[in-house]
Amino acid sequence: MSLFWIPLLPLIGTLIPLLSGRFGRSACALFTGVLPAIALAIVFGLAPQILDGATLQQSYSWIPAMGLDLSFRMDGLALLFCILILGIGLLVILYARYYLSEQDSMPRFYAYLILFMTAMVGIVTANNLIQLWLFWELTSISSFLLISFWNHKSDARKGARMALTVTGAGGLALLAGLLLIAHIVGSYDLGTVLASGDTLREHAAYPVALILVLLGAFTKSAQFPFHFWLPHAMAAPTPVSAYLHSATMVKAGIFLLARFYPVLSGTELWFLIVSLTGLATLLLGAYIALFKHDLKGLLAYSTVSHLGLITLLLGMDTQLAAVAAIFHIINHATFKASLFMAAGIIDHESGSRDMRKLNGLWKYMPHTATLAMVAAASMAGVPLLNGFLSKEMFFAETLHQVALGSLSWMVPVLATLGSVFSVAYSTRFIHDVFFNGEPIDLPKTPHEAPRYMRIPVEILVTLCLLVGIFPSFIVGGLLASASSAVLAGSLPEYSLSIWHGFNLPLLMSLIAMLGGLMVYYNRRHLYHFQAQFPETDAKLVFERLIQSLVAGATRMHKFFENGSLQRYMLLLLLFALVLTAGPLMDLNTTAGLRPHLPIDAVEMTAALLLCLSALATMIWHRKRMVALLTLSVVGLIVSIAFARFSAPDLALTQLSVEVVTVILLMLALFFLPQKTPKESSPRRVVRDLGIAAIIGGIIGTINYALMTRPLESISDFFLANSKTGGGGTNVVNVILVDFRGFDTLGEITVLGIAALGIYKLIARMRLFMPAGDENGRPWARDRHPVMLAVISQSLLPLALLVSVYIFLRGHNLPGGGFIAGLVTSVALVQQYVAHGVDWIKTRLKIDYQWLIASGVLIASLTGLGSWAFGRPFLTSWFDHFHLPWIGEFELASAMLFDLGVYLTVVGATLLILANLGKLTTNHRATQPESE
Amino acid sequence: MEAVYAACVGLLTFSGIFLCLRGRTFPVVLGLTLLSYAVNLFLFSSGRLKLEGAAILGTSFSYTDPLPQALVLTAIVIGFAMTAFIVILAMRARADLGNDHVDGRLPPQPAVKPRRKKEHA
Repeated sequence: MSLFWIPLLPLIGTLIPLLSGRFGRSACALFTGVLPAIALAIVFGLAPQILDGATLQQSYSWIPAMGLDLSFRMDGLALLFCILILGIGLLVILYARYYLSEQDSMPRFYAYLILFMTAMVGIVTANNLIQLWLFWELTSISSFLLISFWNHKSDARKGARMALTVTGAGGLALLAGLLLIAHIVGSYDLGTVLASGDTLREHAAYPVALILVLLGAFTKSAQFPFHFWLPHAMAAPTPVSAYLHSATMVKAGIFLLARFYPVLSGTELWFLIVSLTGLATLLLGAYIALFKHDLKGLLAYSTVSHLGLITLLLGMDTQLAAVAAIFHIINHATFKASLFMAAGIIDHESGSRDMRKLNGLWKYMPHTATLAMVAAASMAGVPLLNGFLSKEMFFAETLHQVALGSLSWMVPVLATLGSVFSVAYSTRFIHDVFFNGEPIDLPKTPHEAPRYMRIPVEILVTLCLLVGIFPSFIVGGLLASASSAVLAGSLPEYSLSIWHGFNLPLLMSLIAMLGGLMVYYNRRHLYHFQAQFPETDAKLVFERLIQSLVAGATRMHKFFENGSLQRYMLLLLLFALVLTAGPLMDLNTTAGLRPHLPIDAVEMTAALLLCLSALATMIWHRKRMVALLTLSVVGLIVSIAFARFSAPDLALTQLSVEVVTVILLMLALFFLPQKTPKESSPRRVVRDLGIAAIIGGIIGTINYALMTRPLESISDFFLANSKTGGGGTNVVNVILVDFRGFDTLGEITVLGIAALGIYKLIARMRLFMPAGDENGRPWARDRHPVMLAVISQSLLPLALLVSVYIFLRGHNLPGGGFIAGLVTSVALVQQYVAHGVDWIKTRLKIDYQWLIASGVLIASLTGLGSWAFGRPFLTSWFDHFHLPWIGEFELASAMLFDLGVYLTVVGATLLILANLGKLTTNHRATQPESE
Repeated sequence: MEAVYAACVGLLTFSGIFLCLRGRTFPVVLGLTLLSYAVNLFLFSSGRLKLEGAAILGTSFSYTDPLPQALVLTAIVIGFAMTAFIVILAMRARADLGNDHVDGRLPPQPAVKPRRKKEHA
């Protein structure tokens, strides 16, 4: 039978209530219960093998390269927890059917509940660390949904948020811990991890891993000082409390401790942390529980206390203690679930949970009262009930442990003290609620609960009794199997009988009983004593903490994001500086081994000119027109440099881009202030100069180091295949339109998008238009000089011819779609400059958006076309043809692609410039034309 | 040659970054343009400097690395589109916000020399 079905069935079952909700409440509950019941049946089916000592595993590879498998494991511990989770889950489903009112959405409740059940089953059956963690987080999320089920109540929302924050934070710590463990062991597989306890314990990182994992377990199991979320989670509907705080949620942390007991325990650190935390939690929980007037509050703190007890047991240095811990897990789950359910019944049928009002319910609901009293007696550790047995074992173990050295005697004393309070609050639960006079102003007259609502309680209480009387017969096998899983196979001798003779543990039990009754009898004095202390509300403290965190985050956020782009730029550059300067320090020698090129006078002059113009741009940047002119000199020299260093395509591109850039910037300058005010303080100027100089120096250094090192390039492939594979001798162009055609397709798309964005920005822009230049002189009246118009018009055909030539030859000689497109754009822009937009508009009826769209479309279709021939996207084709008169020529699909590039470039450039230029004429059109 | 080339790239970066840190949009655009020259030259030089070796098959015995050239070629064109976008954005910001400061508002302590508005239509 497949292990997969055990978590999978509940997972599917999450949908069942949502689908069956319309068939009525009972049907919904019934259908919901079916799949978990089948899963439980599977578990029982597997049980005989497990009890015989087998460990079942089943896994499918998920991401084998990372060691992640979908893997499940069923050993004694998993079996025990599966039975608890699914069994009590089924009882809770039945119970909730009667608990939820007509207003509550039952399908939603069941869906959350089953989701939670899935997560729990997933945790206990996981055989992979990451998988375990995933389910772990799923319990946090689904418990959040369950606790906040009554989301109209403020305390439900707050309690749920608190539970999620605490357990979620613990979950992150757990993830870190698990990753660390996997790193140490070298595998995510639980079996491997469990087998390498010694490696783990001897590793230097063991303390870190241990503390991280313990953080996860302690937050989940509400151990001190993380216990505060659990009482606030009581805002949940009582079936949720009965489920989460008896057998599941809080037991997940205990399960984790038990699961990793074979590998993490056995060291001083483990015993110290785990036992002291458990002891503190045990005492604190038991003490506070006595003062809670709320029925569920009392049970909540008692849960905290009992979890502390189990933790303390797991933290003791003996194997028997681990057995006792497992035994108490079972016993606590049974009696606590039944107590919560009984509390829910009382709340449901009397309308109150306040023990100051609830009195003398024995008369009204004798049946429930009997059940609750038996369960509470078990909680107190009364003989013949299961709680007594595990408590006896607990007492016996406290006497044997030596973890605290000469102070070890304190542990049994404190354990007895904890039990005194445990007896006291159990007595209070029984006496205050069912006896102690008459009820005081209850909202409704209490009466017995519906028949079927009591069934789950009856079953659980019967179990308490049966386990208490026939321990080895009922749970002996299960306990042995689970314990041997925790102890990695070596099971100590123990006896589960009720009577062990007169011994110290029995005496301790006796002291606890009598002491508890005395404490309860004198409770008024204790209440007065306790009333002296100001009560701290964990919710307020928690909220304050969260708020201060938020405030801190806001401060930090404000520091980095104050709305000033100038500042962002500075921070960005500083950060880049830190990142680049560090690695550069490791570089021992700047100059590499590659021989340097010689330099001649012309090159030196050009370099000098470049530097001077760049500096001039920087120095005169406040006189914007001058700066623009010097900037264009820089661009010109850059294109010359490209030409010099064997990059004719780049030189052509840079040259034509330079022309359109300068035209663009001059157009922009028309609308912007002509001068920049002097507003940087000298200090800021010096600071910026410093930053810029350092970054410039770093970039120059990296560049030098790069250039002087030998080149290992992948370009040999391109050089070798350009002619034979791409059909062109201009390798740069072949790379653009063929080898890396997909990149180019992306780039022209970006170009088109940028142009459309600009089009959108220009639309409906209201600009101020100066009537004269910066000195107040009016613009020249001769707007379109005749000479310019005539010359540019006659040049147009020539320019277009050149661009066609450049386009056609581009595959074999410098040129191509990009350059041809830019040349065409420059030629057309010249017409705009010479004649104005209105003149062109009537003569050149081209929609530039269409041009861009058709360009991108042609390029894409060329790429798609290769699919028609069963080839991958953008596969190119070429061949040579011969025509009379013309001679031999070549046709290539890459040319069609290049045509798309050409059209996009023309469209984008003209869309930008023509639209910007149009703004100047829109305004002037209102003025009378002087021509 | 390499040292001079690297020095030029460094200087272009220096002036570009200084201008990028200014408060008004137009100097920032100038700075970005300078910076893109520097970046293009830098990327181009990753194919190392070579004279008379244009990657046109059949014209030389040893060719320069064509790959950085192809990358830089598209970078130049895209760079133009981005410069255009930023310029237009700057104009739009001035039109909508009434000033040409990159932050969209004038700094709290106004200019050392008060800004003169002589551009009244």
